[in-house]
Amino acid sequence: MFSNFPMSPPSASNFAAEYDFIFYVLLALTLAFTALVGVLVIYFSAKYRKGTKVDRSRPIYEHLKLELTWTIIPLLLGLVMFFFGARLFIKMRTPPKDATDVYVIGKQWMWHIQHSNGIRENNSLHVAMGKPVKLTCISQDVLHAFYIPAFRQQIHVVPGRYTTMWFTPTQVGTYHLFCGMYCGTQHSEMGGTVVVMEPREFAEWEANGGQSSAPMSMSQSGAKLFSAKGCNNCHGAEDTMRAPSLVGLMGTTRRFSNASPAKVDESYLRESILRPHQKLTSGYEETMPIYEGQLTEEEIINLIAYMKVLGSGVPIPATSNVNRASVPNDSAHANGKDPLTTNALQAERGEMDTTPTIRTHNPSVNAIAAEEKTHK
Amino acid sequence: MSATPIDNTLLATGPVEEPVNYLNVDHSIKSWLLTGDHKRIAILYLFSTLFFFFLGSVAASMIRLELTSPVGMILESETYNKVFTAHGVIMIFFFLVPAIPAVLGNFLVPLMIGARDLAFPRLNLLSWYLYIIAGALILTVLATGGVDTGWTFYTPYSSMYSNSQVTMSIIAVFLAGFSSIFTGINFIVTIHKMRAPGMTWFRLPLFVWAAYATSVVVILGTPVVAITLLLVVFERVFHLPIFNPELGGDPVLFQHLFWFYSHPAVYIMILPAFGVQSELIANFSRKRVFGYHFVAFSTLAISALGFVVWGHHMFISSESMYQSVVFSLISFLVAVPSAIKIFNWTATLYKGTIRLQAPMLYALGFMGLFTVGGLTGLFLASLGTDVHLTNTYFIVAHFHYVMVGGSITAFMGGLHYWWPKMTGKIYNDGIAKVNALLVFVGFNLTFFPQFIAGFVGMPRRYHYYYLIPEVQAYHILSTAGASVLAISFVIPAVYLLQSLKSGPKASANPWGAHGLEWETQSPPITFNFTETPIVTDEVYDFDPVSEFEQERANAEMTDPGNDAAVTHTGEELPSGGTE
Amino acid sequence: MATAHADPHDEYSPLKHQYEDIEQQNECYTVGMWTFLVTEIMFFGALFFTYTLYRWNYQEDFYLAHEHLNVTLGAINTTILLFSSFTMVMGVHYAQLKDKLKVLGSLTVTMGCAFAFLVIKYFEYAEKFRDHLYPGANFTTDAASLHGANLNHAQLFFGLYFGMTGLHAIHIIIGILCIGTLAGMWAKGNKLVTEDYLPTEMIGLYWHFVDLVWIFLFPLMYLMPQPYK
Repeated sequence: MFSNFPMSPPSASNFAAEYDFIFYVLLALTLAFTALVGVLVIYFSAKYRKGTKVDRSRPIYEHLKLELTWTIIPLLLGLVMFFFGARLFIKMRTPPKDATDVYVIGKQWMWHIQHSNGIRENNSLHVAMGKPVKLTCISQDVLHAFYIPAFRQQIHVVPGRYTTMWFTPTQVGTYHLFCGMYCGTQHSEMGGTVVVMEPREFAEWEANGGQSSAPMSMSQSGAKLFSAKGCNNCHGAEDTMRAPSLVGLMGTTRRFSNASPAKVDESYLRESILRPHQKLTSGYEETMPIYEGQLTEEEIINLIAYMKVLGSGVPIPATSNVNRASVPNDSAHANGKDPLTTNALQAERGEMDTTPTIRTHNPSVNAIAAEEKTHK
Repeated sequence: MSATPIDNTLLATGPVEEPVNYLNVDHSIKSWLLTGDHKRIAILYLFSTLFFFFLGSVAASMIRLELTSPVGMILESETYNKVFTAHGVIMIFFFLVPAIPAVLGNFLVPLMIGARDLAFPRLNLLSWYLYIIAGALILTVLATGGVDTGWTFYTPYSSMYSNSQVTMSIIAVFLAGFSSIFTGINFIVTIHKMRAPGMTWFRLPLFVWAAYATSVVVILGTPVVAITLLLVVFERVFHLPIFNPELGGDPVLFQHLFWFYSHPAVYIMILPAFGVQSELIANFSRKRVFGYHFVAFSTLAISALGFVVWGHHMFISSESMYQSVVFSLISFLVAVPSAIKIFNWTATLYKGTIRLQAPMLYALGFMGLFTVGGLTGLFLASLGTDVHLTNTYFIVAHFHYVMVGGSITAFMGGLHYWWPKMTGKIYNDGIAKVNALLVFVGFNLTFFPQFIAGFVGMPRRYHYYYLIPEVQAYHILSTAGASVLAISFVIPAVYLLQSLKSGPKASANPWGAHGLEWETQSPPITFNFTETPIVTDEVYDFDPVSEFEQERANAEMTDPGNDAAVTHTGEELPSGGTE
Repeated sequence: MATAHADPHDEYSPLKHQYEDIEQQNECYTVGMWTFLVTEIMFFGALFFTYTLYRWNYQEDFYLAHEHLNVTLGAINTTILLFSSFTMVMGVHYAQLKDKLKVLGSLTVTMGCAFAFLVIKYFEYAEKFRDHLYPGANFTTDAASLHGANLNHAQLFFGLYFGMTGLHAIHIIIGILCIGTLAGMWAKGNKLVTEDYLPTEMIGLYWHFVDLVWIFLFPLMYLMPQPYK
């Protein structure tokens, strides 16, 4: 009986407990005030209804103290609730430094997810319990929202800019993943599952990922692209006349000749790849070509993943040759192993998928998988 | 302007020759279509808005029917999206925004302030025609395939991706917007400049205050949404890439501009309801509204604060964290004036002489429903809790509690209250009372389950929910409630129309209410008053002592053996609080 | 606003039925017009806000793109509109003096200026179309012709340019219609306008507003300073 009437979503992230506390306090306040108003309204309406023989002498029309009471009490309660809500929100918006990076691309009507080690998933996300995860999201077309009720987390996924969210899963299990923002015809089918695994299981999953061969990590794909697009011709290990080095760039504060200084983050990197002249590093000219419209969102996040590891222990080959040598299976990947891995991932997803899927046929996902095949 | 309570059963006076009034002065179609009379325009609006309410309700019924199953019943996803968009666009722009201001406001504002008409009668008629043209366009949209963007028209979906009738829908909304701007200008000028002698600002009925505050919001907010939507049309038709992210445009800018209007638009829909509520509570408690000044100023506070909270619709849409914190804080502040109103209305009941007739039942229902609607808004104003609840059925339930539980309940109450004035006929109060209860029950059954479904995680605007089938029970409950609600909107149509045909004639003041609109005959003559009234007494100036004597007289009449039935000691608590 | 009053009991009085006296009527017209102008300010305000945001984001590209606007034609148009505001003021002045012929003359010159503005605007637009500077599929792909501005952002600039000046031009057309109607009423000797100068002043107010919008548009679009380098 009660299983038909779930009263709350599962609580599976570090935010859930604090979230539920605030929610239930607000609920208690709502019930208390509604009951107060309801009881008074019913009581007065009964007591003072026309024809009752009660004292109506000296009615009151204005009463400053009373007005102030019911102005100030709700105001104070509101401020207290505002404080708790804001505190939780700031926590939800401030990812820890050691969070694992995962990239999310939203498109009509599926979620495409890439782990930094290169594993790709469609409409599912595998994470390890107890490990903080930071999602960097972007949309390829319209607005979407990446929404995981069990984690109490949600963020809009916007075309043209990165949004981030983070969480630490605290409960092993399979949870809902939705698109929260209306995005067109099959909006209601743009979802899937989030699978939280024991760290050991997750490591196993990560190790083979259901794939026939170890995929290139995102930074490896990024490195490949870095040389394929000729970035390394200018951006070397050291600053040169033509271009600044990108080693150890992430997280530093950069000075510009045409803008105020800014901290280097994913959004900055994206902007500087697509529109390099927007913020020109001090001392350099507008020599870099504009890549807007030249790169897919996936290529951009790979490049960014690569730039993030540049300088943090990963050697940077300065020329194309060395770069190629450092990336195994380069040609194999270029020649169509990716579709295989995608398919394998989908097959694997089918097994893991424990949501009661009533419609087995999901045309959108198939269509996009097919489209990806032809692209590769 | 003494308030003599007249029971509405004493009203049928027999077939004497009917005096001339605004309805029977001229029966030709032309006299209606070219009228400048604010009362006739109100009647035109009444029928046209109710027509759109009917359309919107049909769309709502289709949605509820479709959602009884996680995999849908009859519609395709594309059709479903068009249906919920039609529901939103029609209900908001073609019913809720014009309903109370353009119907009750048009009818009552000049009457309540003792004017012969609104300041600009032809502008008023023009705004009705704009509304009708807009309505015709939206009907054309429905007939030619519909629109599937949701009533929010979010870019870039609306500007670059949707293949439906976005352009025509936006032009319709644009015209409807200008229709309400013209009504707003009319109200502001009329209330400022055309009050009868002696009608000072603090003698204005609270409904007029509400109409004034609403008009201010309309003239400041509506142009912004008009231009914003126009830019979407420019992008679709003329390829001006204002919101195009591929060319560096900002789709989130659209949301800022859109909510700059559309949050205040919530107050455009609810403030007039507050006005109606104040009238009903005062007149059916036969008592001046408790804390008149506080209620009046809280109305203005809401309309002012309402302009600086739009960002709370965008907490998770890449707005900066600090922005969100500020918007959240102000959103908590805007809750306070609403709370003040609720408490003042409750306190008005204290020591009143409450008549539980149909309009009052709607008013009492409003108190409960709006309280829930307002308080659940705090869950969404609170930053942390909003992240999970936004975009779910929780938010759907919240705004239906405010919009249906608040605005439509007040509209129904107001329509029942002023029906005798508008039509000169009395309806059957018994069946109306039963129906008021039915609305209350049906409404709660429809929308309460949606709170829980939303908290569990059911996203809004979902056609299929096979991804989260565990909420099906709530959808079925909701659909059952919607059926009750639908019936409770059909019944009034029957008995109100019935009253036109065979209802007893209404006297000038069938409720024994207080206010200039009850000083003139029912229905009023074309220029409202035979001579300009001069106001000498305060607003809601019920005389509690005469009320008291009346009560005693009634008590003695019905119960002659009990002469000391009512104690009148005169030494009760001087400050007598309500709690 | 003190005005000369017609006797409300005069059967030729232009007093409308809903007002008590001509003073109330005039006050209503005045408040109504100003309220309407407030809505217009909000209307253009949202546009200016949008413009400001994008110009802030893309200073360099907007600067480079704006060099394609014809400052000379823009300046001529500004002068024309300022002059038309002057003739409008003269129209109101003669309306106070009830000098029908001079009112008609002033209004005609004002409308003439408005037409001239539109004609010049037409040539400006034609120039942009010729140079493929209209946003959309035909937008120029030659970055050099735009002094190296980012073509996407240049499209955004020209999108705003056409959107904002286009809406302003529509207001000019509405202005011509209003002034034309007013002139027609003067020509026919309609008591509403001849007895009291207030309706003429109200139309003038609208015209000054339209003028004022251009006074903002001109420097924002045509006269950008070199952005900080």
